[in-house]
Parts: sequence; C-alpha cells; structure tokens
Amino acid sequence: MLKKIDLGKNNNKTVIPGVRIADADFPAPFRSGLEYSSPARGTWNIVHTGMLIPEAHEIFVCAAGCLRGVVLTAAEMGASDRFSTVAVRENNLLDGDMEDLVVDGVTDIINKLPARPPAVLVYTSCVHHFTGVDLDMIYERLRERFPDIDFTDCYMNPIMRKSGLTPDQLMRSRLYTLLKKRPADRSAAAIVGNDLPTRKDSDLIKLLEGAGLKVHEITSCRSYEEYQEMAESAVFISNYPDAVTGADMLAERLGAVHCHLPYSFDYDEIDEGFRQLADLLAANCETAESDSGLRPLLGSLLEEIRSGGREACGRAYEETLKLIGDTPLAIDYTYCPRPLGLARALLDHGFNVQRVYLDGIPAADKKDFEYLRNNYPELMLHPTVHTAMRFAQTATEQGAALISSGSQQSSAASDIEDAPLVLAIGQKAAHFENTDHFVNLVEGGGMNGYEAVTGTLGLMREAFLHSKPMRELIQVKGLGCEVCVR
Amino acid sequence: MKQTARIISTYSADVMGVCSALYELGGMTVMHDASGCNSTYTTHDEPRWSDQDSMVFISGISEMEAIMGDDEKLIGDIEEAAKELHPRFIAVAGTPIPTMTGFDFEAVASVIEQRTGIPAFGFPTTGMNTYIHGASMALEGIAERFVRPPEGPVYPGSRIRVNILGLTPLDFSTNGTDASIVKWLRGNDFEVVSKWAMGCSLDELACAGVADVNLVISAAGLGAGRVMYHKFGIPSVIGLPIGPKQSEYLSDALTRTAEGYRMMRMSGVEDGFSGLTSIKIHPNDLDPVHKEEMVVLIGEGITNFSLANSIRFETGHKTKVLCATECPAGILREWDVMTPDEDDIIPELADAAYIIADPMYKPICPDTAKFIPLPSEAFSGRLYRDDIPDLIAHPEIILEQIEDSDVSSAKEAEISENADSSRKTDETVRSEAAENSVRNTRGKSGGRAARR
Repeated sequence: MLKKIDLGKNNNKTVIPGVRIADADFPAPFRSGLEYSSPARGTWNIVHTGMLIPEAHEIFVCAAGCLRGVVLTAAEMGASDRFSTVAVRENNLLDGDMEDLVVDGVTDIINKLPARPPAVLVYTSCVHHFTGVDLDMIYERLRERFPDIDFTDCYMNPIMRKSGLTPDQLMRSRLYTLLKKRPADRSAAAIVGNDLPTRKDSDLIKLLEGAGLKVHEITSCRSYEEYQEMAESAVFISNYPDAVTGADMLAERLGAVHCHLPYSFDYDEIDEGFRQLADLLAANCETAESDSGLRPLLGSLLEEIRSGGREACGRAYEETLKLIGDTPLAIDYTYCPRPLGLARALLDHGFNVQRVYLDGIPAADKKDFEYLRNNYPELMLHPTVHTAMRFAQTATEQGAALISSGSQQSSAASDIEDAPLVLAIGQKAAHFENTDHFVNLVEGGGMNGYEAVTGTLGLMREAFLHSKPMRELIQVKGLGCEVCVR
Repeated sequence: MKQTARIISTYSADVMGVCSALYELGGMTVMHDASGCNSTYTTHDEPRWSDQDSMVFISGISEMEAIMGDDEKLIGDIEEAAKELHPRFIAVAGTPIPTMTGFDFEAVASVIEQRTGIPAFGFPTTGMNTYIHGASMALEGIAERFVRPPEGPVYPGSRIRVNILGLTPLDFSTNGTDASIVKWLRGNDFEVVSKWAMGCSLDELACAGVADVNLVISAAGLGAGRVMYHKFGIPSVIGLPIGPKQSEYLSDALTRTAEGYRMMRMSGVEDGFSGLTSIKIHPNDLDPVHKEEMVVLIGEGITNFSLANSIRFETGHKTKVLCATECPAGILREWDVMTPDEDDIIPELADAAYIIADPMYKPICPDTAKFIPLPSEAFSGRLYRDDIPDLIAHPEIILEQIEDSDVSSAKEAEISENADSSRKTDETVRSEAAENSVRNTRGKSGGRAARR
C-alpha cells in the first residue's frame, strides 16, 4: 500500500541511510529528526531496573499515555502486584495541585496494598519537571506519613534525555539511594549498576572470589535486607558506563571507594582495568585468604586471568573465524556498551564486519572510532531511529539477494547447510538485517574481561550454526528479566 | 481515590488512538513527544506493526525545544521526512508536553501543509484521555477533509449501503472481527462502502458519502459519524451484531434508518430519521430478563452494551456496563455507569454474579463472581492477544460461559420467573435516537448536500 522508500538516485533499490565511518562525525554521525521505533525490545527500561530492589513497590505518577508502557511492562514481567499508578489529568496541570496529587495518590495506594512494602519508588515525569513541582516537599510529607517505608525519587523524564544525566544513568543511580550506611566490611565488595547478573565464570567474579571477598550484587538479592547488606561493601565496582555516575555518588555517600572496570574487547585495556581494580582492592580490602595483605594473591590472580584469558581468546578467534569465514557481520549498540570496540576487535582478527547500527557514538568508544576511521574507512554506520529505517528490512532483503547471487558468499559458510548470508550481533541488527542467525543478548549479558571476548565469539558460533525465531524473540521486553509474554 | 490504580492497567491513550485510526491510510503520523510513546504504541497497541507498512514516528522533542518553543525544529523534521516518504497526509498528535507549552496544533499543521503541499492535520491530543478520544478525533478529521458528498440519484429498493465506523485493532484486534462484520452485513443484504479504518484505503474512505447509513461499532467512530451527518445528513446506527437477537434488531435499525435517509434525500423532508441511533433495551412488556443474577461488563461502551444486550436476549440475565472509556451521553443504557477509575469500578462489582472483562481487571473482582475473561488490546495490549475472540462470528464464546454455568440453576430461574411475572412486563427493545442534538444542530449546508 505504501510507497517504498527510494533514497537511491537512479535505481529501484530501497536504500537505508548510512555513512562510511571515515565520513562520520563524533559523537553524532546522523542529524536528529523524526524517530522510528524498531520492534527490538530486549533492552531494559526503568520498570525492570527498579524491580531489582527486592520487595520494593513502584508507583508511577504520569499522564495515561505515559503510564501505558510501564504498566504493561510490569504486567509482562509478572510484577503487577508490585506496581501502581496515579494518573495526571489536565485539571491537575491547571489547578496547580500536583503536589497534593502525588502525596495523596501515593498514600491512597500504600493504604490499599495487602502488605506494607519496605521501600517505595515514586516515579515522577516530564510534567512535574515542567510545572516546577516541589519534590522535596512531596518526599518530606510522604516520609512523615510513612516513617516505616523508605522512599526514593525516580524519574520517567525522557524529555531530559538530551540534557544532563540520561534517564538510564539516573535510574541506575536511584537504585542505590536507599542503601543505608552501616559499618564497612573490608572483606566485602559490590558490583553495582548492572541490570543483568555478572556471570559466575566471568573474570571479575574469578578475581573477587579468588581473593576471598564476599561479593554483593543487586541481581542476586532476594530480600530487602539482603539488598541493604550491599552497603557494607568496602569497594563498589561498576562495569557498565551508564552506572559510573551513580556508583560515584553511592561510594561518596557511604564513605567507600568506587572502581570502574571498563567493558572492553581490547586485551591491554582489559588488563589495565583489572590492574587498577586490584590496586584498589589491595588498598581497601582484607580477607582470611592472605595474612600478608591481598596484593600478592591479587597479583597471581591477575596473571592467571591475563594469560588464561589471552590464550582462550586466541583459540576462540581462530575457531570462530574458521567457521564463519568472511560472512558479513552486523553489530548494533544494544548488544554491549562498546559496539565499535567489538567491531574493531573482530576486524583486526579478520572478520568481515560490514555494518554497525547506532545513533550516537558512546564516549567510551571514541578511541575505537578514530582507529576504525583510519584503518577500516569503509565500515558503514547506520542509524536505528531514522524514519527511513522503518523500511530497512526491505532494503536488506534486496542486499541479501545480491549477496546470494554474487561472490560475497563466505567460502567457509558454503560448506554448511543453511549458512546465514549475514550474522547479526544484537537484536536491532538482527531486525534490520532480517536474519534469524543472530546473537540475542543485551547490555553485554553480564560478561566482562576476557570472558566477554570468548563469550561473544561462542555466541557468534552458536548463532551461525543455529537459527532462532528472531521476530518473536526480539519483541520480548527486558531480555533476561522475568517475563510472561506468551 | 480518583486517578489511582493499585493494580489494574490503563487504557491506550488518545495519541495512540490517532495513530491506530490512521495506520492504514498512507499518511505520516507524528507523535509530538520526547520519547516512549512510540515504543509503547508499537509494542502494546499496534498488532500490525511488524506486518504492515505505515509511517508512525515521534518528534523526539527535547527540553530546550520545549522551553524555547522551537516549533521550527518539528516542522523542518516533518518536511524532511515527507520529502523522502511521500505520505498522503501528515498528522501531528499531541502529548502532555505540547499540552503544557500551549503548542498550536492548527497553526503548525497549516504551516506544514503550506510548505509540503500535503494535507496536514493537528490533533490536540494530550495523552490524558483514552484512545477513543484520539481515534474519534482522527477519523472525524479524515471525514471532514476527504469524504466527498453523495452524488447521483437514490434508487429505492437497491441494496442499502453502509459505512463501518470505529474499526481499529484497539477494540477489535486483528483476529478477523472486521471480516465477520462485513460478512454479517452482506449476509443481511447490505453493501459495505467503507471500513473506518481497517482494510480500506484513503481513496475508499473518500467515497463514504455514497452510503445510506453508518454502522458505528465503537465510540471511536462517533466523530466521523457526526461529520457525515452534519455534512451530508447520513445517519448512524450504533451497535455490534453480537448474537442472534441483537443482530436482528441491529439489522432492522440499519434498514429503517437508511430508509429514512433515502426518503429525506428523495423528498427533502428531514422528519422521520435521526442522527445517531442506539439499540437499547427499555422497560416494557417484552423484557427478556428472567434471571436475577447480574452480569457486569467492563470496557469500551459500544462493544459492551451490544454484548450486554445479547446476554439479556440470549440468557435472560440482568446486565450492567461499566464504561471505562469515553462515551458521549445518551448512548449507553440508563443503568450503565461511566467508571474511568479503579475506585469507581470496585463498588459496582459487589452485586455481580458474573464479570466479563479484560483479565487485567481480575485482581479487583470479588471471588463471589464468576470471572469471564474478554481481553481487549486497548487495555492489556499484546498480553492476551491470542485469546481475543471474534464475538461477531462466535458470540457463544461468552454466552455459553454464562449459560453453562447456569444449567443447575435453570429450574430455579424458571420458578423465579413465574413468581415474578409482573416484573418482566415492563421492558422492551427499541431503537432510540441517541443524540438528537446532532440532528437539531445540523448545518444547512449538510442538508443541502444531502438533498442534491
């Protein structure tokens, strides 16, 4: 029914917007305009993240149109009983009674709950921001009315996504504001800011547990008291870039230290991150494992991680390249916080990365961006929200047809029945490439260190060999979170 | 307290209603919002998103653009997209932020239209009303702008031509209900002119003026019905053909209303037909109720009063509709209740023997009532999509759940009926003009157009 997009000048092919990385600007390679929303829904939203606090109740105070998405997020994850709403209506904007609406609405809901929650997360929205609502007064009154409940201020404030802290950074910071200061335990450390649990076989866990440290993480807390125990940690470790600000605030408030261990695919950067973490742990922690201080033990653990990791990565790259060959690869920014870092690592190891889907270049990827511009100038960057991306699947289908009829077919892949024409790493890349051969993971999947490299390569091999129903899988909200979509 | 919901969902909002109503018409709809509305709409409100092309986007307004009143950014972005995508029309729909900043939808639409040469609409939705409000506004705009007046003579005895108004997946999903309505109409010897707005192009909708009557199947169709009455005198009948008796009365009402319209067009006399007609049950000696158990239905007004009528006819139960979305006065039955909030609904459920509602209402329903799930895309989104029934083709999906569970009490009901025969002698079924004010205020131009 609709006219298909033809952005090419002299052919009938559908063309998707994109730019050679050599011609791209940092950090915004594309002009902002109207935005399209792809059906890939695996990334977490503020409802999923808030639910990580065990036993807490979420109350959103917004217009109905804004409530719709969050109330159904809670329903789909089977958490409607931990979620309530207060609808803002036009009269509230005109009457200036927004503070009363929040306080009375939250009070009404708490009084109706079958059991008193230990904590309530109150999410206000853009309308409160624009009407200058006195949030301090609201929380003061709520704390007076319910002294047995811990309240924290959360925000569904997307209009601020281009100024100040992003909603994602803000939510990751609010998640730990309820931790109450308690005596520090120098044998405890906490990983903060992750939505997904850090994998038990990750290098970070190997280091911390190898040193005999007790490891806290919100994703493993089963009760509000367990959550509060995180506050005893001597060192807080963040691994996700958007968690840095919140972790800094948390460590400062509790009188602890924060170490950011960058998510990376670069061997030297991985080693340097772990070295800095080990220094901080040695200075701030002590455990029964080492009477003479942690430093020697940490040193040997670091060496084990370094040598073992590099060796494992080398084997994994070799095995994966042998299997995948020059099959075109597409990566998107939802897979991990360093999409260009991943592209660089794969290209340097001989893989055929053709496209990266992103709307902005993460600050952490700046060095990789410069490197790729100079060494792989033909790498294409494509937006995910540009209006023409609505029709991108059509374009990639045409591209795939060209590939299948041309000489770009991987020689390694030609030996495998049903080998993919393109392998996608991330849900949005899978959608735009219209392929069932994809790595279905978001936010780095709880991997870090060398294990992020070997893990990614392992998932690529698995995705290459086995297709899965992309359309059904990518529409599930909050991948890795409890869901009940049938 | 009003406006709070401890556990139930919230209905799709007006801005999503605009998008849903215009989805298949080849236009470009822009939600003027920072973020979130677009993903909510495409995830929860739009089952066609992955299968059917359309152009629904978000403006991505930023804090600074809102504060500085930078409408030019939006207009420029729309211009640029329109150059690439060539939409048939452009619609800008509002959310809370433009509502607060006093965004002038009409003026901006006018500027867009001047610059692009493409028809443009500004729909002042707020994100604070339900989808019904937005969908009705959007279809009204399409009717006002694109529908051509009726041409040619009326041939008495020819098949009656019908527009179906208010057809969106938010009320009818994509489970074949739209096809079942068409099949029912054709089976009753009506001719379907247009469907507003699933399975029809903009060009087909533009021909709606040749119809003799509109069938308004959800409140989302009321705006377009009103326009067609004001402009051309085309009347509307409100209701859904659910179950044999309700369908029979609806068919009869369509015929009589259409005949009144034809008479008017041929004679120029306006008496004898009305703008909006609703199939209602009124106190009279044909009252079908012979069972005391109350069946309470929650949801959109027109679907639920049609189903409620059918339940009364087919099972003999009392029914009450709790209408949770917008529905103008005079359409629901006098004992039905407008219940926009959780706290409005709960007390109305106290005397229910059966509750028919979306599964997301279940947590507030008393255990004493039998809960019969009737999922609605507009309330629970995609959660129960596979379970949304086609009530036109299969009314028994609901009706049998009431009758089956009532088999043991049939004898009891019979006794009750005999003991209280006088009670059921004061109700009947008749159709009633639901909005006489429409008729009385119809513009002269509409009358002239209708008499051509």
